[in-house]
Amino acid sequence: MKKTVSNKWQDTDVEQIVGQLLRYGVLTATIVAFVGGAFYIATRGGMPMPSYHKFTGEGAGFTTYGGIINGALSLNSAGIIQFGVLLLIATPVLRIIFSLVGFALEKDRLYVCITLLVLAVIMTSIFGGLKV
Amino acid sequence: MTILTFSIILLAGSYLAGLLGSLTGLGGGVVVIPLLTLVFGVDIRYAIGAALLASIATSSGSASAYVKEGITNIRLGMFLEIATTIGAVIGALIAVYTPTNTIAIMFGAVLIFSAAMTLRKKNQEVLTQGSPLAAKLKLNSTYPTPKGEVAYQLKNVGAGFSIMTVAGVISGLLGIGSGALKVLAMDTAMRIPFKVSTTTSNFMIGVTAAASAVVYLQRGYMDPGLAFPVMLGVLGGAFTGSKLLMKMNPQVLRVIFCAAITFVALEMIYNGFQHKF
Repeated sequence: MKKTVSNKWQDTDVEQIVGQLLRYGVLTATIVAFVGGAFYIATRGGMPMPSYHKFTGEGAGFTTYGGIINGALSLNSAGIIQFGVLLLIATPVLRIIFSLVGFALEKDRLYVCITLLVLAVIMTSIFGGLKV
Repeated sequence: MTILTFSIILLAGSYLAGLLGSLTGLGGGVVVIPLLTLVFGVDIRYAIGAALLASIATSSGSASAYVKEGITNIRLGMFLEIATTIGAVIGALIAVYTPTNTIAIMFGAVLIFSAAMTLRKKNQEVLTQGSPLAAKLKLNSTYPTPKGEVAYQLKNVGAGFSIMTVAGVISGLLGIGSGALKVLAMDTAMRIPFKVSTTTSNFMIGVTAAASAVVYLQRGYMDPGLAFPVMLGVLGGAFTGSKLLMKMNPQVLRVIFCAAITFVALEMIYNGFQHKF
């Protein structure tokens, strides 16, 4: 029984799924950013451009996960773009989680550990409050 | 300038940056930083935020194709991502304490190094006897060639891992994929065939960039008004570039573009020393 499970899941299956995930992740993020961008131009296109030569940093609405999701839900154009940004950043992270499942199904203990280590580093970066 | 005009010009510029990045093999993010800072006068911190997004988009977009063809060595990529993600988080953290002019000078230096790297002789040799550690970590693999599957082994795992950590720090500090350093680690140290090392490096760039991107996002470096033209433009340009690459061998173009990029890099360094950032 154990044998059939490990035979069913080969590297190539995982590779196919990972390939698809990367493609659709980027596609979704791009579409969201495009919709937000179109909204942004439609509502604010005539205004003078912000002074990007001076760094002021973004407000909480664009820097916290809750703030970004709220901004997108309230259909704020810049909020939708920032949600697309978040989706784009999430794509490689999701890819690691898929690889983790793949290695687990292959019963490759060494690579389950390695993948968990990479995931731990990323999660520390995401939720560790490394805002400085 | 209105937001509409600025967005359209930035979209067109990003498209060219993506095309250039794809044809030279430097990646989309690298050309975005000089475009934003030198051409549009954008603060380098916003430019780094936008460039990271460009790196994630182009690397994930093109990696999907290579992964499906089975060229990418996923185990090797995952193992080395331990080094690059730790490096990237460290790099993003020390970026706050680094003056922007220093960042610009470092960026110029890395850009020249990367341009030189794309022109060097590529490793086509396949190593048949690797090190015991490489075997233990299951890093040896096969890849498809026109003549069928070719098996390869690798060595110097420790050296490769160390260079990857440096690549991660630079990636996090400057907001670029630092693909050139990744390829150096895999080609030169670990003796991996060129095709495998470039695709695996590309595969890793998304995760490395994401590790530092979340730090930059939370620090307010990612501006939506810059993000959407850069994301869409660079991705479009990279897509056109990959189609063009299938039809032609751009060796001559590559030399010209790399020379042009070296001039841009020198201007970044000069402006950095003049404290213009």
